[in-house]
Amino acid sequence: MDFTLLINALIAGLLLGGFYAAVTVGISVAFGILDIVNIAHPGFIILGAYIAYIVNQSFGVDPILIAVVVLPAFYALGALTYQIYYLSFERYGQEALRGLAFFFGLLFVTEVALILVFGVDYRYVQADYIDRVFRFGPFAIPMRMLIPCVLSLLMVWLLHLYLSRTFTGRAIMAVSQDQQALRLMAVDPIRIKRIAFAVSIGTAALAGAFLIIIQPVEPSVGREFIGRVFAICVLGGLQSLPGTVIAALSLGVIESITTTYAGPSWAPAVAFGVLLLTLALRPAGLLGR
Amino acid sequence: MSQPLLEITNLGKRFGGFVALEGINLTVQRGERVGLIGPNGSGKSTLVNCVCGTLSNETGSVYFDGQDMNGLSAHQRTHRGMARSFQLPRPFGSLTVQDNLRIPLLYTVNARAHTAADTQTRSHLSPAEIDARCAELLGLVGLADKADKLPRDLTQIEMRKLELARAMAADPKLLIADESMAGLSQSEVADIVALLIKLNERGITIILIEHIMSAVMSFSQRLVVLVSGRKIADGKPEAVVNDPQVIGAYLGQ
Amino acid sequence: MRTPIFFIVALLCGTAVFGAALWSGNDYIFYAGYVVLHFIVLATAWNILGGYCGYVNFGSAAFFAIGAYSTIALHKLGTNISRYFPDAIAPVAELIMPLPIPVLILIGGCIAGLVGLGTGYLTLRLRGAFFAIATLALAVVLQTLVVNWEFVGGARGAYVIAPQTLSIGNFELRYIHYLAFIMIVLVVIAITVARLIERSRLGYGFASIRDDELAAEACGVPTLRLKLIATTISGALMGMAGAPFPYYINYLDPASAFNLSYGVNSIAMPMIGGTTSWMGPLVGAIIIATLQQWMTVTFSSEWGVLFAGALLIIFVILAPKGIVGHAQDFLRRRRQQAGANR
Repeated sequence: MDFTLLINALIAGLLLGGFYAAVTVGISVAFGILDIVNIAHPGFIILGAYIAYIVNQSFGVDPILIAVVVLPAFYALGALTYQIYYLSFERYGQEALRGLAFFFGLLFVTEVALILVFGVDYRYVQADYIDRVFRFGPFAIPMRMLIPCVLSLLMVWLLHLYLSRTFTGRAIMAVSQDQQALRLMAVDPIRIKRIAFAVSIGTAALAGAFLIIIQPVEPSVGREFIGRVFAICVLGGLQSLPGTVIAALSLGVIESITTTYAGPSWAPAVAFGVLLLTLALRPAGLLGR
Repeated sequence: MSQPLLEITNLGKRFGGFVALEGINLTVQRGERVGLIGPNGSGKSTLVNCVCGTLSNETGSVYFDGQDMNGLSAHQRTHRGMARSFQLPRPFGSLTVQDNLRIPLLYTVNARAHTAADTQTRSHLSPAEIDARCAELLGLVGLADKADKLPRDLTQIEMRKLELARAMAADPKLLIADESMAGLSQSEVADIVALLIKLNERGITIILIEHIMSAVMSFSQRLVVLVSGRKIADGKPEAVVNDPQVIGAYLGQ
Repeated sequence: MRTPIFFIVALLCGTAVFGAALWSGNDYIFYAGYVVLHFIVLATAWNILGGYCGYVNFGSAAFFAIGAYSTIALHKLGTNISRYFPDAIAPVAELIMPLPIPVLILIGGCIAGLVGLGTGYLTLRLRGAFFAIATLALAVVLQTLVVNWEFVGGARGAYVIAPQTLSIGNFELRYIHYLAFIMIVLVVIAITVARLIERSRLGYGFASIRDDELAAEACGVPTLRLKLIATTISGALMGMAGAPFPYYINYLDPASAFNLSYGVNSIAMPMIGGTTSWMGPLVGAIIIATLQQWMTVTFSSEWGVLFAGALLIIFVILAPKGIVGHAQDFLRRRRQQAGANR
């Protein structure tokens, strides 16, 4: 038993899992709290990744810095998307069919548009820390994975604070349970939902920067994340951020071990397989609402 | 036939930390007219949902016609003879008013025709008979001229009448009418009460959930009061409405 | 119009179109037409579960690929009988292999239908959103399995060489004409099935599930059973559309078979054409697939697919009833006005 290999796979898995938490947290808000099945979320992330790529390529700015600057734009994009979603589907109760088709269309159009503009070659960013690796003994911790992981967990923690400590944040948590009560407090539930969705898309900007630091991206990478994101959401409990982090770390480890021992061609199936298994074996926790 | 039609024993239901129903015991005899009243949020609709299978109860049991309903889905319970209207009308939006009534006729009445287990042998309805039955039901609730309209073209009151008609279409042994009369005028209320009494005379046991006390008093042979998920009164209407606990919790407002 | 008559009329129309195309002497019509035809089947199949029942399937590519890869697997077996069959069975295998396309279609349809049933059984008790995601998961998992399955070529793909012509008695038919005609028959079958469902008790049940599943259950509709029926029929038809594909395209790899564009097209075509009637997917598929063929040739295939996706978003927001739906509304209003004016 090659323990070095195993430990390195575990480390890589945990680091990756931390990043997966950042990717998933947007869906935890949109789907877990607002009941919006935004499968286009990975599309927004890839968009963020490509924006980081362009600016990094042209001006050499650090991708995370780019993401922070671009965040307000993503926030606005999220608000706009929710407004369209609400006006076209949610207020008529048509989300089940039309809303899903809408987000699927968005995901798809984003991917194909990126292919047309950038082609299918892999793109990556340049920054000093990306190639550095911490070594102690036989174990390796790549900086390109450590930094996004740490920042991801920080982002998730900040979001958790926002949702539990601020008025708007708590209104967001409340909107999933009792819209009537919110109205009685003179808070417009639609506005709250719009803010929440905008926040979820804002996280995509940062997640996109983290993604392109960890690995080179090409337009169809987003699709792999759909399975991961929903597998983590379902495993971790739809409304629980701590649960999401634990599930994300677990999935990262499972994927990493599978890739190391069974080869990368099996990797895409891991998350989706986990998702199918969870959906099949745990129906009680997911039946209805 | 002394076996009660519906026997609810120690029924309990919680939503997370919130206790919606606790320790509900209720027996309904065949042919009875029972009124169920209580403040908003007291758990009346939750009780209906648990009895009919839309929600599953954590504790207690529901016996219908001598059979344990545990594990049976809502549609199976409907096949066995339960029918209910929803407090907030849930019509089939893309189907006409008449087609809304077709659904229970096609899927409950005709489905029963194939089950030998049912003691009330009904024959399979032909398409013409289904049409006739729809027309009859629409006439009974006063929606005959709206047969080809879509639910979105109906008023709230008309939608409640459609809800009731749709429940009646399932040819039930037990009909639970959940606030079917909200918003109706005095004479319309009296019409619906008369209709329900007529159905009862045909043999259908009815549980009426209502806030309109005039309807409840003129209809019920027995009155049950639910407050904060618990049953606080169960007896003859005159006695119940004079019960100080009931007056304090609900009627006195 | 009663169903058997509809079937015959549709078949006659299809044959007439086929005859006209033959008479034109232009084989390109058949190559492009095949693509349009198989999308009509996919769109119609999708709509049985999506439009009628309200359950979105993102994984149409999975069912399509099941049909295609069943054919590839059986083709491989059939062309290498001595290698894969024990001597005892070999003579029997020689007799029936290579299997004719109609048989392959049935087999592909059965397997895809069973997979649909299985997936449905696992996930249809959950909310529609979870079912949709599960179908996407299914597509990825199946693709990964196929990529790792060397027998059908794995990631490298497989070659399926079709004969140039097919002899029926004294009559010789060019293979592409044969394939196109088979597809026409499949289209007729698909729209007949869809139309039959629409007007039947099953159609009412599906509609009730789509409109309000909870109320449908309360009315006695066995919602799970009906959803499983819809998933099985839908999956089977998609598998049937995929089965002849390897013979058309001659080379197939997992990336093409499981291409996400199948998923998008099979959603876009019914939603643009109209989801409440069998005519919707037909109209939508003809329009979109034809335009896509033109765009692929003029610009690139990505533009064609982008076009479908963009149109899907626009229609879903602005014209949710689709072309046929809005046309029916328009005609109904004209009739009502005419009635009022009299």
